[in-house]
Amino acid sequence: MKLRKLAVAASVAAIGLSALFTTPAAFAAEEQFFPVLAYRTGAYAPNGTPWANGFVDYMKLTNARGGVNGVKMIWEECETGYATDRGVECYERLKGKHGGATAVQPLSTGITFALTEKAPVDKIPVITAGYGRSESQDGSVFGWNFPLVGTYWMGADVLVQHLAKKEGGFDKLKGKKIALVYHDSPYGKEPIALLQERAKMHGFDLSLLPVAHPGVEQKATWLQIRQNKPDYVFLWGWGVMNSTSIKEAQATGYPREKMYGVWWSGAEPDVKDVGDGAKGYNALAMQHGAEPNAKVVKEILEKLHAKGQGTGPKEEVGQVLYMRGVISSMLQVEGVRAAQGRYGKGKRITGEQMRWGLENINLDQKTLDSLGFAGVMRPVQTSCLDHMGSAWARIHTWDGKKWNFTSDWYQGDEKVLRPLVISTAGRYAEEKKIKRRTADDCKK
Amino acid sequence: MSFFLETLIGGLMSGMLYSLVALGFVLIYKASGVFNFAQGAMVLFAALSMARFSEWIPQWLGMDNLFMANVLAFAVSVAVMFIVAWLIERLVLRHLVNQEGATLLMATLGIAYFLDGVGQTIFGSDIYKIDVGMPKEPVMMLENVFEGGILINKEDFVAAFISAMLVLALTIFFQKTATGRALRAVADDHQAAQSIGIPLNRIWVIVWCVAGITALVAGVIWGSKLGAQFSLSTVALRALPVVILGGLTSVPGAIIGGLIIGVGEKLSEVYLGPYVGGGIEIWFAYMLALMFLLFRPQGLFGEKIIDRV
Amino acid sequence: MFYRENGQFKTSYKSDQQIFPIPQDRWAIVAIVALAFFAVPMMVDEYLFRAILIPFLILSLAALGVNILVGYCGQITLGAGAFMAVGAYAAYNFLIRVSGMPALGAILLGGLTAAAVGIVFGIPSLRVRGLYLAVATLAAQFFWDWAFLRVKWFTNDASSGSVSVADISVFGWTIDSPSDKYLFCLGILVIFSLMAKNMVRGSIGRQWMAIRDMDVAATVIGIRPMYAKLTAFAVSSFYVGVAGALWGFVHLGSWEPAAFSIDRSFQLLFMVIIGGMGAIAGSFFGAAFIVILPIFLNQLLPVIGGWFGLEVSIALVSHVEIMIFGALIAFFLIVEPHGIARLWSTGREKLRLWPFPH
Repeated sequence: MKLRKLAVAASVAAIGLSALFTTPAAFAAEEQFFPVLAYRTGAYAPNGTPWANGFVDYMKLTNARGGVNGVKMIWEECETGYATDRGVECYERLKGKHGGATAVQPLSTGITFALTEKAPVDKIPVITAGYGRSESQDGSVFGWNFPLVGTYWMGADVLVQHLAKKEGGFDKLKGKKIALVYHDSPYGKEPIALLQERAKMHGFDLSLLPVAHPGVEQKATWLQIRQNKPDYVFLWGWGVMNSTSIKEAQATGYPREKMYGVWWSGAEPDVKDVGDGAKGYNALAMQHGAEPNAKVVKEILEKLHAKGQGTGPKEEVGQVLYMRGVISSMLQVEGVRAAQGRYGKGKRITGEQMRWGLENINLDQKTLDSLGFAGVMRPVQTSCLDHMGSAWARIHTWDGKKWNFTSDWYQGDEKVLRPLVISTAGRYAEEKKIKRRTADDCKK
Repeated sequence: MSFFLETLIGGLMSGMLYSLVALGFVLIYKASGVFNFAQGAMVLFAALSMARFSEWIPQWLGMDNLFMANVLAFAVSVAVMFIVAWLIERLVLRHLVNQEGATLLMATLGIAYFLDGVGQTIFGSDIYKIDVGMPKEPVMMLENVFEGGILINKEDFVAAFISAMLVLALTIFFQKTATGRALRAVADDHQAAQSIGIPLNRIWVIVWCVAGITALVAGVIWGSKLGAQFSLSTVALRALPVVILGGLTSVPGAIIGGLIIGVGEKLSEVYLGPYVGGGIEIWFAYMLALMFLLFRPQGLFGEKIIDRV
Repeated sequence: MFYRENGQFKTSYKSDQQIFPIPQDRWAIVAIVALAFFAVPMMVDEYLFRAILIPFLILSLAALGVNILVGYCGQITLGAGAFMAVGAYAAYNFLIRVSGMPALGAILLGGLTAAAVGIVFGIPSLRVRGLYLAVATLAAQFFWDWAFLRVKWFTNDASSGSVSVADISVFGWTIDSPSDKYLFCLGILVIFSLMAKNMVRGSIGRQWMAIRDMDVAATVIGIRPMYAKLTAFAVSSFYVGVAGALWGFVHLGSWEPAAFSIDRSFQLLFMVIIGGMGAIAGSFFGAAFIVILPIFLNQLLPVIGGWFGLEVSIALVSHVEIMIFGALIAFFLIVEPHGIARLWSTGREKLRLWPFPH
């Protein structure tokens, strides 16, 4: 009896399965397909959700604006839960759909590492705006990775510059104590290489305090901070770890004014339920902060949310992580536009052509203004060898209710960053037996 | 010296919170022999329920009183946890009586998945705030004894006090009430208890309800500290070394074990961590528990394992 | 009707002691293996290879290892992920530090290293038992998670702690396409399964099972618990370590310690319990259940929603996915507490009598 039931269940399942695989792939020449690897569940959902909403909303907006020379954006979401193996499965599932993925943005350092291996084979660029491996800025080795607008090394560099400016010069950093509280994963460890380099240069003392995933137990970490009394604390966390850190700082009485988060530790979900306790907490802004007044935000509200077509709640539009999603989406749309400029306007482009487009993004201030990003971003210009395109960042501070910019613009110091990028990328090239692309290869 | 005391106190406070979660494991294992891996999921579920109802109830009733909202939300959450407990017993565990430990463990893992899914579907997966008025700012004590004084976290203090109260209440419940006696009888010997007329199924429902309440208290305390969010279910992993160190069958063991683990991991992280790069507390807790187990394989207070052939 | 043993007489001990004494079984296995080697690579597409079949094969191998320890020797472990990590990182280090090291050699040496580590972490099992041991094995998990993040030597000083390997080649066969990877993993899995099958029906396997069933009684009849338990740990860790190396080298290509996190350990234990403890086939059923079912549900639910004209958000899909997954685990255990393999063998018993059950 039981067996029969199971047999019935199995056959139902089999029918379902066959229904899945026989769904005809919709294919249209004037559509550009983007897989969306998002996480709206699990430990990191509070931060992953606004990003995904912004990301999708901007694509909707692009379509509402008439697409890129008439080419519409289409996308499909897949839930990764921030887990690498699920992310890889999602990527494999979506990469061939609708005539092939144009580019992929995993929003997870772990998934980025896995996809870095697959990108050259599948010829799909991996865009990691503000995350991923810092050395992938070197386009001659990492031909398919695009850490557009920011890498962790650049971010860490800007933080040190900010402290130097605050203290009144790099020489004043000598003997200062800086503690890095980081998520114990490749993501959190990214900035260490650069900070150690800078510590050597300026003679400040760097102490490293790792926090295990998911970062809800930090008592010992903050006791150590209380003991060592560092002059500044850098926070490299994600998800619930950020708010826990700020709460522990409050509980141990460490001044929030002396805490500086990376751009993934400086958004509304990180501070809003800490309330007053987070007042004065600073974070790096990956160019943009919370931008409720930006033109693009107003346009999204008007063209999408007013018509009930918005992806997330209305209040979220313009928040920090939402804006990060919007910008990530905008960069890839502009990559499509650049590629169309070479391979034919109004035509669908392939992943390989997309790479050329991403290597030749040239967004000057005028273009940015016309897209609605006036005051949000600075110009971005990529090249075959530089896949980052822009090294500007600034600091914003939480005043208990909203994020306000509290510093001028800084630019990552090429003199410090470049040698580190080249040498680390070179080691990777050696390990994977990759030949560096030359200037001639870039022209192809 | 004062820093050592601070670390020690911090460890004791964390330990109290671990005990609270560990207690849930012990209660169920003692009464039904089930190693309940769903305890973490229950803590999360309870915390989410508390957080969301305290937000929804004022909206529904149109009132604006934080205290009343919390009380009502707590009451509703208690009811929710009772229903969850009853359903678990009724739908799953009743059908698995007398199965092997591994099978039962696996079944509770299935329950854990299910609860995670249901909890997030009903209550959402954002970070939600539980505001029961816990004090957040630290205070300094004994400033005339040590230079700089000792920093005490009031929130931890309140939390530890509530945990202690709960443990006390549970102890009285187990030792002094008729139901408590029946529970202990079942824990000692299922068959003997049944033969003298103790209804096993009802007892198991009661145990699961009690475990549900401890999960709720743990959920409220942890949730108020960290925000009610999916990551809460991972606190169960921090409580596991406590359970085996104290002994799977001992309520006092859960408390003492919690204190030992809490102090051990904080001291190790602060004093040993810097030499090896830090981040050692979680494996150190497990190693510590393992060391104790090598000397007492049944945990500090567990019942001695007697082998018969 | 087709699956009947009567009329088959064994005339020698040799024929009675074969791996698969019933010819139907033997031919069925040969047919399945042949199908997997020759037919599958022609039929399936890249997605199935890379997202489902390769992970399934590698995790089956790991589950096989865990099953040796948990199912045959009765030592519950929650630290299997750590031994996968040890296998992967050891193999990586052998590959890059020893010049001219062949990839297959590195993978096997990675397995051996995992075996050695397994013996060390198996020592507490001599004293600590049951659930206490299960929790204690988590010490291994957290320790190695930490070690691979912290000790730079293991990751060849990579600044981020993640490592990567180029495409590997074995005896001149460059394994780069999905079907090559599939065949390579399948080959290893078949060899290792046969080894496992032989081990568990040999003297060592019988010792393990005696220890599992009652260790005191086993000691009384002259089985050395130390030898039996530690060999179980070693063999199990070897299998798991090789699987870990394959996971890194073949499936991911580039990985970080989180690829072998505690979730992986739990997953492997689930596979064994759901699949069937103490049954080689159970490892495969379990791996299929745990690897394929969630992905299947994840893709099926939007389709079902589509039938009713509902647009289902991915968040809801994954919530419902884990709910159904959890409910199915509980359901299966209620129907058959000894796992899918037992269901399978019950089915086989029925098949023997079919169509005349009485």
